[in-house]
Amino acid sequence: MSAIYANNYVIVAIFLFLGVLLPVVTVSIIGPLVRPNNPTPEKLTTYESGNIPVGDSWVRFNVKYYIFALLFVIFDVETLFLYPWAVAYNKLGLFALVEMVIFIVLLVIGLIYAWRKKVLEWN
Amino acid sequence: MANLLQQTTSLWNVTMFALAAVVLLLVVLGFVTYAIYFERKVIGWMQLRIGPNRVGPLGLLQTVADVAKLLMKEDTRPQNADKALFALAPVLAYAPAFGVLAVIPFTDSIQFADLGIGVLYYIALSGITVLGVITAGWASNNKYSLIGGLRSAAQMISYEVPLVMSVVGVVLMTGSMNLREIVEAQKDVWNIVPQFLGFLVFLVAAQAELNRTPFDLPEAESELVAGYHVEYSGFRFAMFMLAEYVYMFGMGALVTILFLGGWLPIPGLSFIPGIVWFILKFSLYVFFQFWLRATMPRLRADQLMSFAWKGLLPVALLNILITAVVISVQNGSFHS
Repeated sequence: MSAIYANNYVIVAIFLFLGVLLPVVTVSIIGPLVRPNNPTPEKLTTYESGNIPVGDSWVRFNVKYYIFALLFVIFDVETLFLYPWAVAYNKLGLFALVEMVIFIVLLVIGLIYAWRKKVLEWN
Repeated sequence: MANLLQQTTSLWNVTMFALAAVVLLLVVLGFVTYAIYFERKVIGWMQLRIGPNRVGPLGLLQTVADVAKLLMKEDTRPQNADKALFALAPVLAYAPAFGVLAVIPFTDSIQFADLGIGVLYYIALSGITVLGVITAGWASNNKYSLIGGLRSAAQMISYEVPLVMSVVGVVLMTGSMNLREIVEAQKDVWNIVPQFLGFLVFLVAAQAELNRTPFDLPEAESELVAGYHVEYSGFRFAMFMLAEYVYMFGMGALVTILFLGGWLPIPGLSFIPGIVWFILKFSLYVFFQFWLRATMPRLRADQLMSFAWKGLLPVALLNILITAVVISVQNGSFHS
C-alpha cells in the first residue's frame, strides 16, 4: 500500500519536473543556438502602439480586482470544505445535509449582500 | 503501469515512469500541433475558406513550420521589464498545465498516478497558471500587459469557483475524488444525465478557464493588443500558447472522465476498446471548442464578470443542494 502511495507521488514529481524542463531547455539551451540576437535600443523599449511610453507601467489599478480576489478567497475556501463533505456524505446521513445547508446559506447571504452593494457590477 | 505501481520504489520503476511521462509529453505535443491545424481547418470550413493548405500535403506541416519559426525568432526582453519574473512567467504557466495530466486515467490500464485526491490535485495545480499569467502581465512593465493580466486573473479566479463547485455534485454521487473510481461509478449511467446542471456549469466555466471564445477577453487582440503576453516573443510566447492547448487536452480529458463516462462504451458496443471510446468523447469535446469559436462573438467585460457570480455560482450551489437531497432520499435518510 505504501509503495503505491510513494510511487504515485514520484510520478507527480516526474511530471512537474518535465513541465519545468521543457520551457527551460527550449528557451535557454536550444533557443540561443538557433535564434539571432541583435538587441537595438528601439527594440528594447516598451511597446505602446508605436508611441514613446509615458511614465512607468507599475501604476495603481482598479480596486475592483481586489474585491473580486476577496470574494474568490471566501468561496474557494467554501469549496475546500465542500469536498471532504461530499466524499463522506453517504456515511454521515441527514445531519451532514442540514449542517451543509446552514453553511451554504450563510455564504449565500454574503453573496446577496455583495450583489445588493453592487460589488458584482463591473464598470 | 499497474504492476509497476505495486512494486516498491526503485531506480527501475522511476526510469519506467519517466519514460512513460516523456511518451505522454510527446503525445501531448503531437495533439497540440494537430489541434491547432484542425482548429484552423475547421474554422476555415465553417467560414467557407480553405484554411492552411500550403506547407506540406494538405497543409499538414503548417503548425510544425510555425513552431520552427517561433524557435528561431529573436527573444526580445524590454529594458524596463523585471528580468527574473519575466523569465519565470512562462514556466509558471506551462509547468502546471503538464503536471495536471499525471492523474488522468485514459483507460482502466493506461494511467499514471492513481491519486485518491485526483480531482483536488487537478484543480489545485491548474490554479497556479493564474499566477503565471499575472506574473507575465506585471513583469513586462507594459500598460497593456498589466491590464490584460489583471483582467485575465479576475476572469480565471471568478470562473474557477463555479467550475470547482460543479464537480462537487459528481464527487457526491461517487463518494470519492479518485478519477478512476469516478469513471467506474458511471457503469450504469453516465454522469451527464443525473448531473446535467453540473455539466452545463462545468462546460461554461471550463470555457472561461481556458480563455476561449466567447470568454477570450484576456487575448482580445482588438482592444488589448494581445493581453498579458504583449512583450513576449519567440519561444517564451510559444510556451503561453502551448500551456493553453495543453490545458485544452487536460480539460477535454477531465470532462470525458467526470461527465461522459471516460473509457466506458455505449451499451452493446463494448467490443470496441476503451481507449477508442475515450478518444472519441475527447475529440467530440475538442471539436465543440472549435465549433464555439467559429460561432460565438466575444462577451463584454462587465457581462463576463457578473455572469460568473450572478449566473453560474447560484446554479452550481443549487446543483449541490439538489444532488445532496436526492442522495439522502435514495438512502432513506428522511425515513429513519
